[in-house]
Amino acid sequence: MSEETNTTTVTELDPAAVKAEMLKIYPAKTAKKRGKQIILNDPDNPPEIGANTRTVPGIITQRGCTYAGCRGVVMGPIYDLLQITHGPVGCGYYAWQTRRNLVRPPEGTTNYLQYCMNTDMQEDQIVFGGEKKLAQAIREAYAIFKPKAIAILSTCPVGLIGDDVHAVARQMKEELGINVMGFSCEGYKGVSQSAGHHIANNGVFKNIIGLDDKPDEAEFNMNILGEYNIGGDAWEIDTLLRKCGIHVTATLSGDVSYDQVKKCHTVQLNGVMCHRSINYIAEMMEKKFGIPWIKVNFIGAEATAKTLRKIAKFFDSKKLTDRVEEVIAQEMLALRPVREEIKAKHKGKKAALFVGGSRAHHYQDLFRDIGMEIVSAGYEFAHRDDYEGRKVLPTIKVDADSRNIEELHVEADPERFKPSKTPEQIAALEAGGFNFKDYEGMMVEMKKLTLVIDDISHHEMEKLIEIYKPDIIGSGIKDKFVIEKMGVPCKQLHSYDYSGPYAAFGGAINFYREVDRMLTTKVWKFITPPWEKDPQSATPLTHTTKTEAKNETKAWRKPAAADGAEG
Amino acid sequence: MLNGTTAEIKPREALRINPAKTCQPIGAMYAALGINGCMPHSHGSQGCCSYHRSHLTRHFKEPVVATTSSFTEGASVFGGLANMTQALSNIFTIYNPKIVAVHTTCLSEVIGDDIPMMIKKAKEEKIIPDGKYVIHANTPSFVGSHVTGFASMVTGMVKYLAEASGKSEAQLKAEPQLNVIPGYIDPADMRELKRIIKEMGVKTVMFPDTSGVLDLPQDGQYRMFPSGGATIEEIKSSGDSVGTIALGHFASHPAAIELDEKCKVPSALLELPYGLTNTDKFIHALRTHGGVDVPGSIGQERGRLLDAMSDMHQYFHGKRVAIVGDPDHVIALTQFLVELDMKPAYVFTGSSGKHFEQRLTEILGNHAPDAMIKQNVDLFELHQQIKNNPVDLIIGNTYSKYISRVENIPFVRFGFPVLDRMGHRYFPAVGYMGALRLMEKINDALLDHKDRECAEENFELIQ
Ligand code: SF4
Ligand code: SF4
Repeated sequence: MSEETNTTTVTELDPAAVKAEMLKIYPAKTAKKRGKQIILNDPDNPPEIGANTRTVPGIITQRGCTYAGCRGVVMGPIYDLLQITHGPVGCGYYAWQTRRNLVRPPEGTTNYLQYCMNTDMQEDQIVFGGEKKLAQAIREAYAIFKPKAIAILSTCPVGLIGDDVHAVARQMKEELGINVMGFSCEGYKGVSQSAGHHIANNGVFKNIIGLDDKPDEAEFNMNILGEYNIGGDAWEIDTLLRKCGIHVTATLSGDVSYDQVKKCHTVQLNGVMCHRSINYIAEMMEKKFGIPWIKVNFIGAEATAKTLRKIAKFFDSKKLTDRVEEVIAQEMLALRPVREEIKAKHKGKKAALFVGGSRAHHYQDLFRDIGMEIVSAGYEFAHRDDYEGRKVLPTIKVDADSRNIEELHVEADPERFKPSKTPEQIAALEAGGFNFKDYEGMMVEMKKLTLVIDDISHHEMEKLIEIYKPDIIGSGIKDKFVIEKMGVPCKQLHSYDYSGPYAAFGGAINFYREVDRMLTTKVWKFITPPWEKDPQSATPLTHTTKTEAKNETKAWRKPAAADGAEG
Repeated sequence: MLNGTTAEIKPREALRINPAKTCQPIGAMYAALGINGCMPHSHGSQGCCSYHRSHLTRHFKEPVVATTSSFTEGASVFGGLANMTQALSNIFTIYNPKIVAVHTTCLSEVIGDDIPMMIKKAKEEKIIPDGKYVIHANTPSFVGSHVTGFASMVTGMVKYLAEASGKSEAQLKAEPQLNVIPGYIDPADMRELKRIIKEMGVKTVMFPDTSGVLDLPQDGQYRMFPSGGATIEEIKSSGDSVGTIALGHFASHPAAIELDEKCKVPSALLELPYGLTNTDKFIHALRTHGGVDVPGSIGQERGRLLDAMSDMHQYFHGKRVAIVGDPDHVIALTQFLVELDMKPAYVFTGSSGKHFEQRLTEILGNHAPDAMIKQNVDLFELHQQIKNNPVDLIIGNTYSKYISRVENIPFVRFGFPVLDRMGHRYFPAVGYMGALRLMEKINDALLDHKDRECAEENFELIQ
């Protein structure tokens, strides 16, 4: 796509008509259901969106399962926790090294992300039960690897045949004398990965957090929750915070050890990146240990600066505030020229984002940094609060699918409930406009009448591309090549297409450059072959003499190098 | 890297570590994509479908569409009929495929969903429009592997679609048609088989055929159902063919045998045409049963391969190789390595099947009697064996690259899946030309390693 085209703005299209066009082909029941998940935005008063509801059978969806959310997302990156998938071979196999949560464990530590362990359930176990095989698998894993702790992750058949993974966990804990924990994260337990996040949050909270009360020595000490270190994002964030003088005890879950998770309740503050996947732990840690949580976002330069200032404000130290300003100024100095250069080229171009449970929101900031417009966005597995803001939480109906998932009853720990702020300090911060435990969601930051689409279907994506002709789309692996076949570049926002990091200031620079690369690649311009562009344009047949051939390059002079070209 | 893996091999009965196989449905989904105008449908919870689509996409870098019955807990308890019915209604209304190929998942298998009954009901209720087809294969992953799933779906094609039209033998022989069942190979391989067949001048029906489906050109257009794939009519007509050439004991022979039982079509049960002699057998079968002569052009391809084998023999001879992968692939490739006078040391597959051991014992018998041949084994054990007795080369799918790196052993990617290189998407490994490509890859891997690791005085310009 040429650089000049596609500068129409959203308002020129009638989004209601676009929505009608998307729904037109569906059978009535499907249209009714999908209609609730395609919403015309109103940032001042976000309308209710259908979210976290079942995907209609037969609809091509981006979504995965509960197991993927538990094993793949939240548990996977805890690198020295040995994890055994209980089930047939496939589920565990697909979760093996396919998310890019990078880790660098200390020398000598076994990195279990490189291992796919499962019980490879066979027909025998389906018929007679798999608990014995599971127990044996745990024994064998212990004998070979001697891990600190073991987690068991359940797949669909486990629940159906009635294996009790928790009983096996208890038995093995006793037998081996190490922490063994079970997760009932069977794929059918929810409508998407989201249920798995919740189950993992519960398990980590019950079985790991709080096992070690010794805090890291640090003046300003926090956790980053809901950050998975895809392509090294957590390292960017960690480096930036360290520069400011802030220590991160644990990142859940990115490049994190079992021991770090054990003591992560000793911090003063929790910063929540991906609200969807980890808000449960943030809430439970607040209730039990008194740790306040705030929403943070390190995706986008402006967002990162805002987040740093928010953290500094929380810690309420002049030294820290000054340092944060210094760091922001420094980082912005390096970032600004890149951003301006790329903004000048791509301002006004259109992006659409359909992914995950937070990235479709966070990445809007990066595109806005370079003056691009978001024509439509939506999550794959988020809930209404991620769209409309946490203020709608009390009004969300708990349906049959959500009721499946245990809500832990958490109370203040009699000894360890030690809030880092007094209620008065909290009240004072709040009075000054500081938001605790709040997430305003995606919609308030999106333009009026832009289409917000939850769990976008393949068909809707095709229509969207046809009608809006976005210049770039952020999505996942299953859509990527569909989109690119239509001539639109697609950035995978789960795996980053094996590049990154994109978090914090350094990551933002990477992202601007990456978007620039994708929008300026020549490849789309080559699609029409020359004989179709201009049938008369073939190189003509001419007569050439030897002398002419010889003289051809004689007169040529190398152009003088432009000033500073060597620099 | 992999520093929990030690040379000491402790007995394991229950724990699978770093599998060299995956589950049935992904193979069934891949096979289904080799039918023209087909929507693969995964009957179960949506996670499996998502995993299978993602993984196939990573291997092919192409759109891989499939639908799912999106089970939640209710369907898991009460059965998946309502989900299946709704799915079929949506699929035919929205995507309008010519055919839907249903495979099951562990979930629908455990609850015992009766797919033929569901299809029958949907037909009666006109949810499946007239002239459209729905076929199925049972693919429980607590049995077999992705190869089993592939074979079951190909067999399903025969069961549902192939028919003998009742023409007389004379009529059929007048314009003889052969079936080719290619096995679990890449679109580039299927394209190459078709090129060879065309060059030979034999009339064939090949199914499944994923070329033109999973190796599409970039032309600025997306087509959910591209022009490639074996058409329903072609598969139907396979019952009228004079014979079937089926490539691979595990992935292809079951469908050929099914077709023989159903329509009395005899078959030549061959191995995958990797390397010289397996390709010879394929060409020879095409020639004999297709009633044609081998054209000079094919003879020349064979000659060029043989020339390379003699020119480069010294670099292959005696090299110890670990081969791990899908059984049909490993059997045929091992044969080629023997032709090159390499020494297979570990010949492993994650799938199960006694035929694997039996056949490889035959192939390696005199040539490499010490080779360790194992089925139903994993990459963890392969690594441990290598630690105990190293090799010069590893051939396997992308997952083996960790072993290669940590043990500093040259590595050739081969089979399914390849997630980190591009060649398999465009260049075939089958036939004489494919054998040349395999040779080049092996040779490059060995010599690049030597060039990087050897002492300076042994670093030579010419090899
Ligand atoms: S449940 Fe079965 S079919 Fe689904 S991914 Fe797991 S092993 Fe494969
Ligand atoms: S079987 Fe269940 S847990 Fe496994 S991938 Fe499928 S939906 Fe997920």
